[in-house]
Amino acid sequence: MNALDVNSSSPHLSGPHSVTRVMGLVLVALLPGTLAMQWYFGWGVIINITLAVSSAVLAEAAVLALRGRPVSHTLIDLSAVVTGWLLALALPPLLPWWQTVLGSTFAIVVAKQLYGGIGFNPFNPAMAGYVLLLVSFPVTMTRWLPPDVISGAAPTLTESLHMIFSGMPPDGQTWDAISRATPLDLMRTELAQNRMISEIRASPLWGDYGGRGWEWVGNWFLLGGLFIIWRRVISWRIPVAMLGSLLLVAGLFWAIDPETHPFPAFHLFSGGAILGAFFIATDPVSAATTPRGQLVYGALVGVFVFVIRSWGGYPDAVAFSVLLMNMAAPTIDYYTQPRIFGQRGRDDA
Amino acid sequence: MITAIFTIAGLATLFGLLLGYSAIRFRVEGDPIADQIDALLPQTQCGQCGFAGCRPYAEAIAGGGAEINRCPPGGESTMIALAELLGRDPVPLEDEAAAEKPKSVAFIVEEECIGCTLCIQACPVDAIVGAAKQMHTVIADECTGCELCLPPCPVECIHMHPIEVTPQTWRWPHPPTPGREVVNG
Amino acid sequence: MADTGVAARIHGGLHLDEHKQESNATAIRTLGLPTRLVLPMHQHIGEPAEPLVRVGETVLKGQMIARASDYVSAPVHAPTSGRVTAIGEYPVPHPSGLHDLCIVLEPDGEDRWDTLPPGFPDWRSTDPAEMRERIRWAGIVGLGGAAFPTAVKVNTSGQRRIETLIINAAECEPYITCDDRLMREQAADIVDGIAILRHVLGAERCLIGIEDNKPEAAEALRAALGATVDAATDVVEVPTLYPSGGERQLIMLLTGREVPSHGLPAAVGVVCQNVATAAAVADAVLRGRPLIDRIVTVTGRGVVQPGNFRVRFGTPAPFVIDAAGGRSTDYHRLILGGPMMGFSLHDHQVPVTKASNCLLAPAADELPPSPTERPCIRCGECARVCPAQLLPQQLYWQARAQDFDKVQDYHLFDCIECGCCAYVCPAHIPLVHYYRFAKTAIWAHERDRDKSDLARRRHEARQARLERLEAERKARLRQKKEALEQQPSAAGKDPKRAAIEAAMQRVAAKKAAQLDAGQAPNDE
Ligand code: SF4
Ligand code: SF4
Repeated sequence: MNALDVNSSSPHLSGPHSVTRVMGLVLVALLPGTLAMQWYFGWGVIINITLAVSSAVLAEAAVLALRGRPVSHTLIDLSAVVTGWLLALALPPLLPWWQTVLGSTFAIVVAKQLYGGIGFNPFNPAMAGYVLLLVSFPVTMTRWLPPDVISGAAPTLTESLHMIFSGMPPDGQTWDAISRATPLDLMRTELAQNRMISEIRASPLWGDYGGRGWEWVGNWFLLGGLFIIWRRVISWRIPVAMLGSLLLVAGLFWAIDPETHPFPAFHLFSGGAILGAFFIATDPVSAATTPRGQLVYGALVGVFVFVIRSWGGYPDAVAFSVLLMNMAAPTIDYYTQPRIFGQRGRDDA
Repeated sequence: MITAIFTIAGLATLFGLLLGYSAIRFRVEGDPIADQIDALLPQTQCGQCGFAGCRPYAEAIAGGGAEINRCPPGGESTMIALAELLGRDPVPLEDEAAAEKPKSVAFIVEEECIGCTLCIQACPVDAIVGAAKQMHTVIADECTGCELCLPPCPVECIHMHPIEVTPQTWRWPHPPTPGREVVNG
Repeated sequence: MADTGVAARIHGGLHLDEHKQESNATAIRTLGLPTRLVLPMHQHIGEPAEPLVRVGETVLKGQMIARASDYVSAPVHAPTSGRVTAIGEYPVPHPSGLHDLCIVLEPDGEDRWDTLPPGFPDWRSTDPAEMRERIRWAGIVGLGGAAFPTAVKVNTSGQRRIETLIINAAECEPYITCDDRLMREQAADIVDGIAILRHVLGAERCLIGIEDNKPEAAEALRAALGATVDAATDVVEVPTLYPSGGERQLIMLLTGREVPSHGLPAAVGVVCQNVATAAAVADAVLRGRPLIDRIVTVTGRGVVQPGNFRVRFGTPAPFVIDAAGGRSTDYHRLILGGPMMGFSLHDHQVPVTKASNCLLAPAADELPPSPTERPCIRCGECARVCPAQLLPQQLYWQARAQDFDKVQDYHLFDCIECGCCAYVCPAHIPLVHYYRFAKTAIWAHERDRDKSDLARRRHEARQARLERLEAERKARLRQKKEALEQQPSAAGKDPKRAAIEAAMQRVAAKKAAQLDAGQAPNDE
């Protein structure tokens, strides 16, 4: 009578959700922050995104074809786009193009597809790509631009294209003249030279409560993050736990010694903390999934971010912390299984 | 020097005691290994493993005298369960064992039966009832499908009937795994 | 009749499109007689019924034609008078699409009742055990769809005392309206049934849980309650949220008590019955009528005039669909039950049974096939909506890997198969299918294990018997030999003494043999 598979089980209804929709909403939520970054750091941001996204999609398509999997069917889940985009947001705006492509390809091929593709990767692919680049190319990877509010103007489109594709500063200029450390980097190096926070605060890189420019980028990402919480793409638990624990630990140390530990808001609004809390640590595939587990996971990411920023060898720490906790996620899940309905057997009669 | 030796010795004693205590405290009161193996075997008692029944085969495995891949009715799943129990590596089933047959029960065509009782003597689980010169019949619920009654029957009136699936014993199939069947979608 | 509010909330759940108005606007229509009725012996949970009639026999309406074969079982009665034309395997409504034992009845058109047992007009002073026996005789099972024998459910002796009877009138699944219509039209019967059930259970109070999307039905019940002097029964409107009609969920909503996992509602002093079951109980106890028909919702755009029908068991589904105006051009497939928990029928000729609450004929775009499955992205949506507070995603991974021990560690058997998880899954994984696969596989393993345990016991008993026989044979041989050896020496002795000795030996041997036989396993 009909060609339907009668053996298929109930429910015969399915909801409006789909992976494509989830990823699409994430992309929408990334837009405000992305535009803010472009505003402060120039065209390099957009060029990076274009490079990273297209190489991520190409890499995904190539691997899928090689593995004999349906290509277009998988690509429209948009997960490769999200990975490339997130990676690009973490990269310095003028990174040589081939490094961006390399990082993005590595993220997809090694960190995602070699583990079996979406859903099977134990590590956040974008952060795996980022860490690879950071470890391999420490010089270019820490060469950030100052926000245009300091430098007067961000590089133009042609300047950016030139620098990214040639890997050279414009004629007659040096990298040192153009680039600047990130506020976090500055904080580290200055503190290492035993400067006081009050002196460091005098730097033009310091804004009202975070790094100048960075604080607004953070605000816009925060808006996007709230949007996906509202649309229930992610739960509030990981971001709140992560930012909360970061604030708490940073606040504690700041209270003890405000001259060697920056004001807690600085931690939130100077690097990748906001982006990381809402968009990276929440990557469902590699994060913890049980409600209590998410709180534990988020809180530990926050603590690690502070620890690595304060005493580790790298200026920012979101990527490392997330990857570290990715490893712990299955264990956290295992020990934080929720009590099921009927396990309490509440006997109040 | 002396302190070092004492410390080490002290630690060694402490750990020794601890280990000894936990060995007693947390001892697993397990069945003898042959019982555990026997519990995994399907109890068909067909002797296809080369032993006189499941129990002797279990004892042979426990004693190291037999491989774990000789039980055709148990098939792959039994072999894997045994491998897990014994911590051995799975071994592919022996050739004749590899072909898994559907589970069946013996059925005696009663018109043809001559009442010779030979099959009754062969049945390892007493699943055939009958008396001399009277036709015999198989208690289907008790039959293990071992086929040991087939060869002795002089008139070949015993047949194996595959066990039919009823709504009560039906199993939902494993859902098709995506990505495997669609290539180049 | 104080207005009781909802006592607690449930975890998760879904707001679904109700699709109730298609079928709940018109009154219940009573269906006529088809040309034949096919009555499955297994319409309930438990052991199948055993036929009591032979082919060719004529039976009267209400006559028991198959009896309960076990404690958890239910008899089947003839829905009309007629002749038994066959007893054999016919397609039954089951997800497997397999055939099962059925009695085929050809109605004679006279619809003549058998002599029925008298009702219990003074049931308030009747022994509950007697009424349980009546409920059992009437073949009543849970009419909400689970079809668990009611007599078993109301026998709570040896368990905790039952304080609360809960009547499940939630009818939370989309499309289904049979209970809604029944409440509007036969509220008085339901209220009678409730009073009887309370008496049988010794329950002090009764709460009727109904979703707040059925105000007319709730009103009808309140009116019927007002007409009696029943002050211990309350109608509680619960918010419309699927699956508030799940037994444990409803108990939580109404009493705030959590039925322990692996436990029965009786563990928290509650027994839960469906509204239609209550009406059937009233029929059986007050009028001595067995369960021979039920209300079935026929709906979906595949039928021309959706509605509710009183259908005799055994009526073929196409006959019911014809009564609902027949198939529309959108007729496409047939689901027994609702869109969330029902199953597709393989064969459209299956009969209506005690468990058939709804025949849903959806148009192709009404319940479109789920989009292609993708890998799980571990988003946790499924766990958020699961009313049993499970981790569906973990269940899925373990079931898929066929790790049946792990999947039970994650409480597979607490899953009520409500389908919420699969509904929200953005990867469109047929999660419930995986759970059903795992559950039925685990049951199959258990059956295999039981069977092999039985085989082991029988084999060991046989082995012991063979050894004993062998030992006896050897003993006899030895005796003979000894006797032969003794003869020459005995010849020299006093013959009288020798004879006595021989007799003593015989007696001793006989005694030993008797002792042996007494101790041997009793397998012959
Ligand atoms: S809803 Fe689906 S995709 Fe999300 S965790 Fe559950 S099974 Fe995985
Ligand atoms: S089908 Fe089972 S696992 Fe899924 S939501 Fe319902 S109870 Fe939970």
